[in-house]
Amino acid sequence: MTSPHSSHAAPQSFWRKYVFSLDHKVIGRQYLDLSLVAVTTGMILSWLMRLHLAWPTRAIPFLGVLSPEATGGIITPEYYLSLMTMHGTIMVFFVLTTAPFAGFGNFILPIQIGAEDMAFPHFNMMSFWVTFVAFIVLVSAFFVPEGPPLAGWTAYAPLSAVGKDSGPGEGWGQTLWVISIAIFCIGQLIGSLNFIATTLDLRTKGMTLARMPYSTWAWFITSVIGLIAFSVLFPACILLLLDRVAGTSFFIPAGLVISDRLQPHSGGSPLLWQHLFWFFGHPEVYIAILPGFGIVSHILPAVTRKPLLGPRVLIACMIAIGFLSYTVWGHHMFMSGMNPLSATLFSVPTLIITIPAAIATLLWIGTLYGSKLRFNTPALFCLGFISVFVSGGLSGFFLAQPAIDSYLHGTYFVVGHFHFVMGVAAMFAIFAGLYFWFPKMFGRMMNETLGKWHFILTFIGVYCIFMPMHYLGLAGNVRRYSTFTVDYMKGSIPLHRFITVAALFTGAAQLIFFYNLFRSRFRGEIAPANPWQATSLEWTTSSPPPHDNFGGHHPVVYHGPNEYGVAGREGDYIMQTSPEPEPVAAAS
Amino acid sequence: MSHAEVSMEHVHGAVTEERPFGVSSKKLVMWLFIIADAATFGAILFAYGYVRVGSPDWTKPFEFFPTILNGIVMTIVLLTSSLTMMGAVRAASAGRPTAIRWLGATILLGTAFVVLHLREWSLMIREGWSPSRNPLGGSPLFGATFFGITGLSLLHIVAGVIALAVVTLLYRRGRLDASYIETTGLYWHFVDLVWIFVFPLVYLLNAR
Repeated sequence: MTSPHSSHAAPQSFWRKYVFSLDHKVIGRQYLDLSLVAVTTGMILSWLMRLHLAWPTRAIPFLGVLSPEATGGIITPEYYLSLMTMHGTIMVFFVLTTAPFAGFGNFILPIQIGAEDMAFPHFNMMSFWVTFVAFIVLVSAFFVPEGPPLAGWTAYAPLSAVGKDSGPGEGWGQTLWVISIAIFCIGQLIGSLNFIATTLDLRTKGMTLARMPYSTWAWFITSVIGLIAFSVLFPACILLLLDRVAGTSFFIPAGLVISDRLQPHSGGSPLLWQHLFWFFGHPEVYIAILPGFGIVSHILPAVTRKPLLGPRVLIACMIAIGFLSYTVWGHHMFMSGMNPLSATLFSVPTLIITIPAAIATLLWIGTLYGSKLRFNTPALFCLGFISVFVSGGLSGFFLAQPAIDSYLHGTYFVVGHFHFVMGVAAMFAIFAGLYFWFPKMFGRMMNETLGKWHFILTFIGVYCIFMPMHYLGLAGNVRRYSTFTVDYMKGSIPLHRFITVAALFTGAAQLIFFYNLFRSRFRGEIAPANPWQATSLEWTTSSPPPHDNFGGHHPVVYHGPNEYGVAGREGDYIMQTSPEPEPVAAAS
Repeated sequence: MSHAEVSMEHVHGAVTEERPFGVSSKKLVMWLFIIADAATFGAILFAYGYVRVGSPDWTKPFEFFPTILNGIVMTIVLLTSSLTMMGAVRAASAGRPTAIRWLGATILLGTAFVVLHLREWSLMIREGWSPSRNPLGGSPLFGATFFGITGLSLLHIVAGVIALAVVTLLYRRGRLDASYIETTGLYWHFVDLVWIFVFPLVYLLNAR
């Protein structure tokens, strides 16, 4: 079914080849490069926050020079909020959405379904450059007078809506934030349209929906979620922008006095922003984590040498999660003043959505059970993914109940929860995917020894950072506070110092990753076409693949991606393109 | 599950699965865009309902004459333009040259709608309405939602008229085939449908 409209000649000039490229492989790498820059920025911001939390009175060297908002290198409460806002926004939008979905999806999805490119290469290029502009607009908030916004990545109104009066950074900084996110929505919309059309229309001969690799399934479901979610965030951003620049008051109630000034607005509702934002925001959590589901489900059979347990159940779970993700947004608003009855209403689907997530986890564990696991770096990061996903998921049960949430809401318990289940889990899936697909992307292997060290140190590090946060939250440490030097929270400072040391340690461990990444890019061992003895289509072509992915022919698919552990033949797996008949029963 | 797929499961041959919904990528993407755009309008109409219910001082300024009557005329104009669009799609897919005339009529009706709408806007602005101001003293959100919703709808219609003009021009020169007219037609029917929601919700509900 490969349509001729997807093919285009290999470009020759530098600009068409590397900058304004139509090639999905180049665009995928551009997305990954962008998220590498973003994740580094976001990580540095988190270090600044951690240093301040641990030693609030000590000046951070050079910070005073770099940002005038932090006079003499001391972080003010307002500047702390700015750092936090930018950290959250950059990480959620430009790392967790960009890397696992747009980055890997762009590079791998067309190859996995046997296509030459995405269905609409021009749209594809446009979606990257729109996202790039969104990133530049966001980061430029650092350089405007009064600095970046401080309303958090959720930009809660009325703080985000009333403008300058509500604090430094709420003038230009917040406006740039809103514009950036609106632009980002457009990029994601174009990308999602393209992913869906590609998956449905460009599958090669024999690649039925049932035979698609699980990572392709995950990207497909993610793009369906993103299609609706970002289409709701977009008008929300426009309304917020109108409140800021056109004098409307969608999100601003009457009689609001901020900075001793009566705000000239009336009639709006701050809760309306929360409804619109979280209608996007909760599906966004699954936009970040479902590609991780797919990547781990794709890698696990290749490293356990066993077929994935219940592949159709897994796909059903992902679809169920995608559907349910639209019904749970109110669980972010238990404490917002919403009717308590609706809190109960939102609590039920929140608990139900854990069922497909738990089934998926059990399928991965069942696949691991009794297998001869190959302990390579992708496998380790898959194990790490399952571990942190379970650890973070368990604390979700507590937060899903309005009665318990009324105590834990807005504390470090929540911070620990979502960093585990959304942040670190998705990061581990990104690492697993990168170590797994790096040979395909660059034609060279990554160093295994460095990779293992990277995993071990990161794994220990993230548990040391985020596990104690749950106890801090139980002890009443409130999030978004820049210091804990007063009254009952004083006792938590030593634990905060421990977390800061762990954060710096984990950050240092990433240097191993960066070294490995750049060294392997140029000096790594030359990769064969199929280094992991995996079955899917990306491993049938050379590493890296030629411009049209399969060198002028279209692969024909005869099997699903799950033919591992096949007994009685040379090699224990059957490639998807192998015309031989499927064995009657796979070896257990 | 199609019949072809069932039989394939048994023989393990490399059978090409039928296109889901049997449409081209271009048309599929237009349908997906319409779904996404419907979510956008859904969100903004939800916001309207939310603030309307939450405002005890909501104003209902519209009289039958001139606003509602004008709205009825606009509705008729837009519905007729959907009809002429259908004529254009049919004529183009049959290869008849009348397609150009049908398209021209659609563009004309679309432009008439935009003119009627802008005239109404300017009358309201002259009366003192703005996104942040209510001359009758009620909730200022009336202007905000009115101009927000009708503005978004108007933007879509203006974009549609421009798209139709470009497609007509390129179709006449033979650069585009009939399928592009069909895809543009899908979009046109969608913005028409949006108006069918906007008219009762924003106009009729706010009639005195």
